[in-house]
Amino acid sequence: MRYLTDRKRAVGKGSAHSGAEHHWYMMVSSVALAFLVPTFLIIFGRALGSGYENALATFERPFPAILAGLTLFVGMQHFHKGARVMLEDYTSGSTRKLLIMLVVGLSYALTAAGIFGIAKIAL
Amino acid sequence: MAEETRIERPLSPFMIGPYYRPQLTSMSSILTRITGNALIVGTLLMVWWFLALAAGPEYFETAEWWITSWVGNLIMFGSLWAIWYHYLAGLRHLVFDSGKGLDIKTAEKLGWACIYGSVALTVATVIIFWI
Repeated sequence: MRYLTDRKRAVGKGSAHSGAEHHWYMMVSSVALAFLVPTFLIIFGRALGSGYENALATFERPFPAILAGLTLFVGMQHFHKGARVMLEDYTSGSTRKLLIMLVVGLSYALTAAGIFGIAKIAL
Repeated sequence: MAEETRIERPLSPFMIGPYYRPQLTSMSSILTRITGNALIVGTLLMVWWFLALAAGPEYFETAEWWITSWVGNLIMFGSLWAIWYHYLAGLRHLVFDSGKGLDIKTAEKLGWACIYGSVALTVATVIIFWI
């Protein structure tokens, strides 16, 4: 009899060699986004189309600025991990690898660009 | 000996269409994937909007003209519905993951809840935006 727990035996197994970590991250980030998205949507939606002065006045305040940055970061992490599942379902080989890299790169680029913009507005 | 034979590994077949007739459960599931991935377009516009706001009033006007043009509006309102659909369908996935709601009757009810709920939430948020 091996003195290993079921969990320990499962670590590193499965096609992704990372157990259920990916799925668990999707669950954690989706619960986080369930709180972030509605609040952010209302603030962003009201600022959009309200003119330069109003938009600036909204995102100069700390709460909208922090909320926008956080929603963008968590949203983009959730996006590239979710998009990866789609790519793994429909593509294979080098195409799959390149597309996953492209999606991860795009997500980080958008996060960085967005946070730069928000920081510049708020600071 | 060390030479490995390259194997074309099969992808899991796409089930809807050739093997399964479209059903509410499968359609509402694939729509979760479509809306989630399509949201990258709205996110691109949103990040552009933030960068334009940081760049100053002149550039901001150009960006906001595009984002609130009819094409921009179509994308932004489409994204608003997509985000609410993905939101409700995501909550449904959390319910499914906890092992509940998996019988056909409940699953179909939850599917309709996502469809009608996303439309209702879209209308509600648009009203909030304009008050």
